[in-house]
Amino acid sequence: MSEVLATLTGVSKIYQKGKEKVEVLHNLDLQIPSGDFIAIMGPSGSGKTTLLNLLGGLDKPSSGTVRVGDAELSSMSNSQLSHWRSTNIGFIFQFYNLLPVLTAQKNVELPLLLTNFNGKERAKRASIALDIVGLGDRAKHYPRELSGGQEQRVAIARAIVSDPALLLCDEPTGDLDRETADEILKLLQILNREHGKTIVMVTHDAQAAEFANRRLHCDKGTLEAREVA
Amino acid sequence: MKYFGLIWKNVWRKKIRTSLTILSVLVAFLLFALLSALGYAFKGGEDVADAERLVVINKVSLINPLPMAYMNRIAATEGVQAVTHASWFGGYYQDPRNQFGQFPTDPYEYFSLYPELKMPQEQFNAWAKNRQGAVIGREIADQYGINVGDRIPIQATIWTKADGSRTWEFDIEGIFETDDPRGSTAYMLFQYDYFEEARAFAKGTVGWYVLRVKPGADPVQIANAVDMQFANSPNETETSTEAAFAQSFAKQFGNIALIVTLIMGAVFFTLLLVSGNTMSQSVRERISELAVLKTLGFSDRSVLGVVLTESIVIMLIGGLLGLGIGWLIVQVIAGAMGAILPGIYLTSRAILTAICIMIGAGIVAGIFPALKAMRLSIIDALARA
Repeated sequence: MSEVLATLTGVSKIYQKGKEKVEVLHNLDLQIPSGDFIAIMGPSGSGKTTLLNLLGGLDKPSSGTVRVGDAELSSMSNSQLSHWRSTNIGFIFQFYNLLPVLTAQKNVELPLLLTNFNGKERAKRASIALDIVGLGDRAKHYPRELSGGQEQRVAIARAIVSDPALLLCDEPTGDLDRETADEILKLLQILNREHGKTIVMVTHDAQAAEFANRRLHCDKGTLEAREVA
Repeated sequence: MKYFGLIWKNVWRKKIRTSLTILSVLVAFLLFALLSALGYAFKGGEDVADAERLVVINKVSLINPLPMAYMNRIAATEGVQAVTHASWFGGYYQDPRNQFGQFPTDPYEYFSLYPELKMPQEQFNAWAKNRQGAVIGREIADQYGINVGDRIPIQATIWTKADGSRTWEFDIEGIFETDDPRGSTAYMLFQYDYFEEARAFAKGTVGWYVLRVKPGADPVQIANAVDMQFANSPNETETSTEAAFAQSFAKQFGNIALIVTLIMGAVFFTLLLVSGNTMSQSVRERISELAVLKTLGFSDRSVLGVVLTESIVIMLIGGLLGLGIGWLIVQVIAGAMGAILPGIYLTSRAILTAICIMIGAGIVAGIFPALKAMRLSIIDALARA
């Protein structure tokens, strides 16, 4: 593998639930090489999503450091993190999280509103992203007019439209049937192999994890992250 | 501006709810437009008042007359350049509903005091020569179709003639206009001599005097000097600027400004509750979408701005529609009832005030939902979704 894209060093995350402190991650060390496709598996509450949130700069560790590329996320302010996310990270959610009031095209253009591209350039780039996920002909459709698989493809187009290095996928096939799920996973594989995207995918689904290059297992929500294959 | 497409789509996400909110905003600003124009009609004289003109009335009230003998004494007061007088006639034309102001006065003196009134010289001369002559304003001429050369009857409600009749006939010798676009021409002027000769009572009196101060003279000092002359007489005077006179005249109808303020206060308070509720609901039902925007990299301030702008846009749509419809209605009223409500007019100041209120109300209604959206925790919101 090539250079390291993301490094977690001694990362712990503690949540306060009422009077109780819950340690979700404990002293976790992890390196993610650029161009890798990692599947993180584990039971609910094991800290998979927390790990994803830390990598995406949505949350900060209680201790330890998270570095992605040149950015040391633990020391960045919220507004710095917002700006950083807009150019460096693509998020893909289980329930797609498209804006129902916008067409597929406009949903994909959303991250580009944060750039200096003009309307024409935004539209052009969104069209390319939709073509990559095979939905160029659905640009004018609203999310309610699309199937679950198509919605997830639009969400993937939205995630890649600003050309981020790292894609973070939280149960991307959790709401899809097997056949559609496999199509989505193949698409992720293409993005990884042909477009060089580094992908970290959280999943419960062992079959989905098979599409990744590496599979890590988070156990009991604390401490452990071990390679399973 | 690049967020406007997103904002616009969000505004219309629930079409019925947004339409109803816009309708309530529309009604509020329609009321604002109508009440502002009405308020202006009642106090309109204040804005067109000439600072160098003073009005002298009976200290007891405007209804009580003043002796005609005061005329020369006022004219002789130091600093007074010219004086005229007028009285309230209070008649109607053909039908009791056709009421407009009629004032007996002296043609030469009156037109020298009111240079903004314009009329062809030959019409003025004809009026000055004819004791039963009268001139009418353009608004009256247009509304009742009266032309120069017509002889019109005015039915008196106060001034019975010496022969017991209440019908006064006038030859229309001219039609005057005004230079001031906000000034009214919805009244009639006729010769005081005819009035004085024919009326049955109160002879030798006038309703009020209007004087012009010499350039550079102090109007306050002159007003005091005039009032001092008639102090302790049976008819003490009260001299004030034209604006103050217009104000006291308007107050005969009640404190219009206070009534307008109270009504609008109640309307806008309700409006804030309605639109604030709309915005709160709108934010509540798309918490996860706002979290997604933040996940994509929208800053806290951007999210605050998006929600706040939505609130302002709703106010502006409803407000401008309401103001527009209000303006149209005011135009129709001004055309149909110009004689009864002269000077009914939606001023540019009122329009500007309304737009400021729209933006202010949008901010007030949207600020709490917008702050909620801004402070939203992405992780909590996504977990709840």
